Amino acid sequence: MFVKFLTSAIRLSAVFLYGSTGEIIVEKGGHLNLGIPGIMSVSAAVSVLAEYSLIKSMGTSAPALLVLIPIIVAFLVGALMGFLYSFLTVTLRCNQNVVGLAMTTLGVGLAGYYMTGAGAKIMIVARASKYFVKLFDVSGGGAFSQIFFSHGILVYLAIIIAVIAQIVLSKTRTGLNLRAVGENPATADAAGINVSKYKYVSTCVGCGISGLGGLFCVMDYMGGNWEYVLEGFGWLSIALVIFTLWKPALSILGSIIFAGLYIASSYIEGISFAQIELIKLLPYVVTILVLVITSMINKRETQAPAALGQSYYREDR
Amino acid sequence: MKQNKEPLVHLVKRDNVAPWKPWVIRAATILGGLIFICLLCFAELKVSPFKVIKYMFTGAFGNEHNVLVMFRQMSLLLIIALAITPAFKMRFWNIGAEGQVLIGAFGACACMFYCGGKMSDAGLIVLMLVVAIAAGMIWAVIPALFKAKWNTNETLFTLMMNYIALQIVLYFIKVWVPGGTGSLNPIKYGNLPQIAGGDYYFSMIFAAIITVAMFCYLRFSKHGYEITVVGESVNTAKYIGINVKKVIIRTLILSGAICGIAGFLIVAGIDHTISKDTVGGQGFTAVLVSWLAQFNPIAMIFTSFLVAFLTRGTQEVMTSSGITNNFFAQVVTGIMFIIILASEFLIRYQIVFRKKHKDEIGGNDTESAEDSKTEIETENVNDEQIETAQAEEPIAQNVEVATEKGVN
Repeated sequence: MFVKFLTSAIRLSAVFLYGSTGEIIVEKGGHLNLGIPGIMSVSAAVSVLAEYSLIKSMGTSAPALLVLIPIIVAFLVGALMGFLYSFLTVTLRCNQNVVGLAMTTLGVGLAGYYMTGAGAKIMIVARASKYFVKLFDVSGGGAFSQIFFSHGILVYLAIIIAVIAQIVLSKTRTGLNLRAVGENPATADAAGINVSKYKYVSTCVGCGISGLGGLFCVMDYMGGNWEYVLEGFGWLSIALVIFTLWKPALSILGSIIFAGLYIASSYIEGISFAQIELIKLLPYVVTILVLVITSMINKRETQAPAALGQSYYREDR
Repeated sequence: MKQNKEPLVHLVKRDNVAPWKPWVIRAATILGGLIFICLLCFAELKVSPFKVIKYMFTGAFGNEHNVLVMFRQMSLLLIIALAITPAFKMRFWNIGAEGQVLIGAFGACACMFYCGGKMSDAGLIVLMLVVAIAAGMIWAVIPALFKAKWNTNETLFTLMMNYIALQIVLYFIKVWVPGGTGSLNPIKYGNLPQIAGGDYYFSMIFAAIITVAMFCYLRFSKHGYEITVVGESVNTAKYIGINVKKVIIRTLILSGAICGIAGFLIVAGIDHTISKDTVGGQGFTAVLVSWLAQFNPIAMIFTSFLVAFLTRGTQEVMTSSGITNNFFAQVVTGIMFIIILASEFLIRYQIVFRKKHKDEIGGNDTESAEDSKTEIETENVNDEQIETAQAEEPIAQNVEVATEKGVN
């Protein structure tokens, strides 16, 4: 029972991990992107449609391509949405919160528009789901291999990306520069860092990574089904960023906790339907607690980037 | 040494723009956006642009029912937008209107469920209104208290509160309807009386009253002035003796109360029940409505009208072309907002292109001399920025400390 619970928690955690790693990279550049739910939805929708046309044209003869191409498509679609977001907020200096909400409206709408009545397509796409769900064969393994090695490629990719993101952010010059841009763009600019370039690249890469979360959710977690859960997952990912104090490595653990809380209700015996809803409330309450506690401690390391949410205009003083 | 060229385009902030100009730009943008949407409908749905325009207008104004439904939707959106406006004006990014309205609606619905039939309908309606307002207030004031005391990030806090409200509502629906379909049937107690044979007018009346009241509150009252000062600069506000914490908490109480009224109107006036879609994203749309109107209550009448018109219009376009897909309205609203947001840039900034020097200046030497001169100038500017940034901070901190001491 516990093994099964932990296995599913780790599996579901990937969607939160993609979302939060992406959002952390974006926020480190000083942008609070509330468009993540929309970006995840639209990435999922477009990559599923790409998968559909792929299966249509070449069948299921080349599984590697059936996995690889949707991954690239999901990333590119996310990055494209990120580009739109950064064009509006970096170049045109629009209010980030408002742009983010508009992106969510647009993204969820687009995904819904294209996926409504696409039931037949989804049935075909579901055939390719088996290539996403399992990477290693662990049918003979014990509990350890069940928990850690029974997942699909996208779960491991999420963890790899989170680790790389952590190393880049905290150990390299690029990461240092990016953090400088997020903390104080004027100082970064004075130090010769190209602020706009950093903001653009970090937003596009971050949104691209979030987009992978959408693909994972549909192809792996849902097993090739389409349900309207991505918006909620997207908001939870944004919450997770706070929970993990803007650290992708911590996010690996954090997303497992969130996923565990999310699915806990199905593993507790003798629970009523109503109480399930109360348990689903926990991730949000925990996030608020973390938010409050970190603001009470008020240490630099646990705070959001100082210039988060503010547009940078060089000639402003 | 590498010579920096003057960049091709250069942005300058506009000062002293005539007050009518931004509205002309906005109107032109909305017109352009509508044309773009017509073309989009043409490309996507194969409906000719003229027909799209026709359908949009019939959807919004086609018959009495359509008009009334549109204005009802607009009124609710307007009330929610007005509710968050004072907070936004104070730069308190309250994106929790969704949850505040929902919890208000929940409060009203709980009264209907538990007290319906046990007291007179008039008394029940008053009780519902009071409970809804109280619930909305509580939901808004929790983030405000933490913001005031520990400067907790309000955007994320209010966002989380939305989902807590949603889960509470889902919990109680399942408690109230055990083992059922998971949806609560309309309750026949505590319904607002119908005016002129419809449930349209109460929202409109409330919207009109709240618009005027909010306009006067922000424009003419001392509270409105304090909100503006806090929004412009917290340090200035502290310096002139405004109790910033008090202003934050007081404003959010007001904001939550109005959200509660919106929730009450939805439950008592229209739905008579509650579900997870009771608010249906209007709390988020209201943020856009309020922001587009530049936090001006009168302008908000137009922006909320625009959104209601677009939503109802596109729905009609969809049904007329035989596609039952209600997401297209959301796409259209999103695109329209992005276009309008982008246009704000033209209002605030001016694009200046690089001037050609060659015609004016002959020799190469002078040109490079000028280049290096501009380079030095920009360096100076940067230095100045750093200096002022460094100099300002301690002063600001001192002021903060001083006022803090004064307060305590």
